[in-house]
Formats: sequence, structure tokens, C-alpha cells
Amino acid sequence: MTAASEYDLEGQIAEWRTYLRRRRELRHTDGEELEDHLRSQITELTEAGLRTDEAFLISVKRMGSFDELSREFAREHSERLWKQLVLPGEPDAAAAARTRRELPVMVACAALAALSVKVPGLFGIGFDDEGSFYARNLSLFALPALAAYFAWQRRVSPRVIGVLAALFVLGAVGANAYPLADDSQSVILTSIHLPLALWLVVGVAYVGGDWRSDRRRMDFIRFTGEWLIYFALIGLGGGVLTAFTVGTFNAIGLDAEGFIQAWLLPCGAAAAVVVAAWLVEAKQSVIENMAPVLTRVFTPLFVAALLAFLVAMVWTTNGINVERDALILFDLLLVVVLGLLLYALSARDPGARPGLFDRLQLALVVSALVIDVLVLVAITGRITEWGFSPNKTAALGENLILLTNLAWSAWLFLGFVRGRMPFGRLEQWQTRYILVYAVWAWFVVLAFPLVFSFR
Amino acid sequence: MHITKDLVAASATPLVLGILAEGESYGYAILKQVNDLSGGELEWTDGLLYPLLHRLERLGHVESFWETPPGGRRRKYYRITDQGRAELAEQRRQWATVVDALRGVWNNTQSALTPIPAPAWELGR
Repeated sequence: MTAASEYDLEGQIAEWRTYLRRRRELRHTDGEELEDHLRSQITELTEAGLRTDEAFLISVKRMGSFDELSREFAREHSERLWKQLVLPGEPDAAAAARTRRELPVMVACAALAALSVKVPGLFGIGFDDEGSFYARNLSLFALPALAAYFAWQRRVSPRVIGVLAALFVLGAVGANAYPLADDSQSVILTSIHLPLALWLVVGVAYVGGDWRSDRRRMDFIRFTGEWLIYFALIGLGGGVLTAFTVGTFNAIGLDAEGFIQAWLLPCGAAAAVVVAAWLVEAKQSVIENMAPVLTRVFTPLFVAALLAFLVAMVWTTNGINVERDALILFDLLLVVVLGLLLYALSARDPGARPGLFDRLQLALVVSALVIDVLVLVAITGRITEWGFSPNKTAALGENLILLTNLAWSAWLFLGFVRGRMPFGRLEQWQTRYILVYAVWAWFVVLAFPLVFSFR
Repeated sequence: MHITKDLVAASATPLVLGILAEGESYGYAILKQVNDLSGGELEWTDGLLYPLLHRLERLGHVESFWETPPGGRRRKYYRITDQGRAELAEQRRQWATVVDALRGVWNNTQSALTPIPAPAWELGR
């Protein structure tokens, strides 16, 4: 037998293995077992006098068709049709050592987040009497640990680590340096905007310092959606755990509520921030993203709700009752619409032609815009009456930021649906706009107390 | 002669367990032995032996282990367990009953049936 035909056989077998690998029902070890069988068969046939290629063909034929094989394997291993998150992963050699360390590092970061919640307690700052301190600093407990985890995972450069550390320090200063009264509006604004600002700092760590890249920013948007879902799921599980802990301890006459309020809830929530992030990373390629699925379900429903609202408003000629909270409510509505838009974009194949769902999306954005413009018109008349308080200014600023984003998105979307604009432009617009959110969030945290003289 | 699919499927488990009862083995060798025992009449699709072996393993009738001969490829071996031996004994009892019943039927109806013609090459001898 010549060396050439020997090589050819190896190539053929490798190709055959590639086909096997595409079948989800067959694991790596199954492929190995079947290959051993194939090789034994080929050896026997060649020993009986067949040429290598003939032996290969016969052996493959006797093995049975791929469809039949994977059907039988699926019948025996039906669990494999459900994608499972296997913690150590299939042995793929190369990155194995690092993945082995992944779990301990994640646990360490989660523990760091959990314990940092209790650090202020050592200095006599309790949950009960210093509620506003915890509200302001909430994000400073968990997010540094999360950023540290990503910094380790992405092996970011020391320069980026320095920038991250500086931003977290800046956040801590912004939250604590100003002499804000516990009941001032600025405290509430800081409690809302600092997490947002620091979340985008985590984003810098998530993209491994490569924050200028549009693609990586989109990845961070995807990550954020999945993270929220996982965090909510962990929260639900935590609720069940809490209920059972309280109930069972009550049954033996012990009161566990103190422990739960002081330890389980705050530490658990901080650790869940890291665990949820790790889960999203670990299952990234295993399970389909949930946020786009939810988007698909809710986009038509939201379109219906918004249109119904518009129709009802026109029909009854009821003006919008501009209460104090109305602006915030409509801000939140814009956030939801933006979220629906973002997660539809994040999952879309950039090359696909515009379809029905895209038109629906456009309808959603336009109806939200119309509603928001009506709200703004109603509010402008009253804004002089109110004067500019921190809360109203922040709510108005956010409304304008979101309105600008959605208005331009609608314009780009229209161009795309009519086939005049590539889809990439829309994606680019969204990923670049993240910078605006970051600037605004930091501005509210750092400048608002000064501008409004600590009100 | 073509043996129907159902019959092949029904006899697969006792055959594999019976072969493994004689000693540990691996897929290809098991298949060869089935071939030899049936004089080449029992035709299995090679690949389908493995889901069967995996099922027997899940049920606890056999256990598997990987072995690498020096300088050779890794190979998965199967070994029968005590539970598998018990299962084999049970299957054997069931098959014996079936075979006995069939033999009774064949004997009763033998006179009514025309004898099975001998194969052509035997006639020519």
C-alpha cells in the first residue's frame, strides 16, 4: 500500500467524523467509538484483499445512514436534544486549563461582591439607620467584582484596569462626597443613575477594553439583556429559598427574618450579579438568547397597546393628565420601546431583507414617538409653573435623549424598510448612542448636585 | 434468507448479553461474533449496535470502560454486570418458552406442510 492512499484514507475518515460531529445526538466519545468500529472493519476488509477506498465505502455503508444513526442515538439519548449547560464542557484540550479556573474565579468574585455588602457594617453603618448610604452605593458593592471578573476573563491590559479602577473611584466620590440630605432629590437621582453609569463601566471590562468597536458594544447590549433575564430568574429562585427558610425556621419557633434581611438578601443579590453574568457567558453558545425571543413575543402586543392608547385618546379627546409622575411613566415607556428595538436588532441577521416584523417594529417606534411628543407638548406648558427641580430636569433630559434616539432610529428604520438604507446603519446608530447614555448618567451623578445646590 | 426487523430487534439484547457473558468485548468484536454465530444470516446495521449497548449500560446490564493498548487507539470495552447476568437468565427462560412453543407448533403441523425444499446446491450433490 502506498503512502498516498494511506493519507487519503485518513482524510476520508476525518471527513466522516466531521459529519458525525454535526449531529447533536452524537457525543465526541460516540464518534470515537464509531470510528474505532469503522477502522476495524476497514482493516479486516483490506486484509481480505480489498483496496482501501473500496473498504472505506463498504464500511461506511454498513455503519448505516447518518439519519438512521442519529435517530437511534436520539431515541436512546433523548436528553441530548435538550441543550444542557455542561459545566466542564467536552474535552477540547486547548482552553481547558483556563476554563477549569473559570469556576473558582467566578465564585471568588461572587464572594467578594457578597462580602463587600457587609464591609460598611464593620464601620458602624447599619442597614436600618443608614438606608440612603446603601441606596447611593448599591452598585459600588457588586459591580467592581463583576468588572474584576471580566477583567480577569478577558485578560485586559493594565492600562484598562487602571481606567476601570479610576472610574469606580470616581463613582464612589460622586456618590459620597457631596453633602446631600437623606431625603433630597439628588440622593434618589444618584441611586438611579450611578448603577447605570457603572454598568457601562462594566461594559468596558466586558469588551476587554475594546470599547470603540461597534460589534463589541452590540455584544455588551446582548449580554445586558440576557443578564437581566438570568438575574430575574435567580431572584425568583432566591424568593422561593427565602420563603422556605422563613417558613421552616418558624415551624421550629426560630425567627430567621433578621438573618435574611441582614445577610441572605443583600449578599445573595450582590453575588447573583456575578453569577448571572457568569451564566450568560457560560451558556452563550449553548442556549438560544432569551431577550430576542421575548422581544418577538411582546413587540406586537406593545404595538397593539400603544395604538389602542392613541385611538382612545383621540376618540375621547381626553388630554394627558400631566401629573408629577407622568413624565417618568412615559420615560419608562420609551425605555421599554427602546429595549424592544435593541433586542430585535441584536438578534437580527444583518443581511436579511426587511420583513413584516421590521414593519411592526417601525410601527412600534413611531407610535411611541407620537405619544411622547403629545406628552412633551402637554408638559412644556406646565414646566414654567413647576420650575426646574432636579427630578423634573432629569426626567425631561432622559425623555429628550430617548426621543432623539427613537426619532433618528425611526428615520433609519424607514429608510431600511424601503430598501434605501443598509441595516448596519441602524445598528451603528444604537451602539454609538451608548456613549450619550454614559455621559448623561455621569453628568447626573457628578454635576446635578452642584447645579441644584444639593437639593 | 431475510430475517425480519422485529425478530432482529427482539433477539439483539439476549445475543449481546450472551456474548458479553463469555467475557468483556467491544463493539466490532461483538458484531463479528453475532455474524459468526448466525452464519452471516443475522444482518445488523453496524452503527445501531452502539445505541443498544448504551441502552444496556443505562439500564445497568453492562458497564463500559475505555482502554488504550500501548501504541494503539483508545477503545471502548463493555463488561456484563450481575444485573445483566440476571437479565440474561430471564431472557433465556422467556426465549426457551417461545422456542418450545414454536417447536410444538412445527411438530403438529409438520404433516400438513409440504417439506421445505432442500437448497439447489444440495440437490446437485
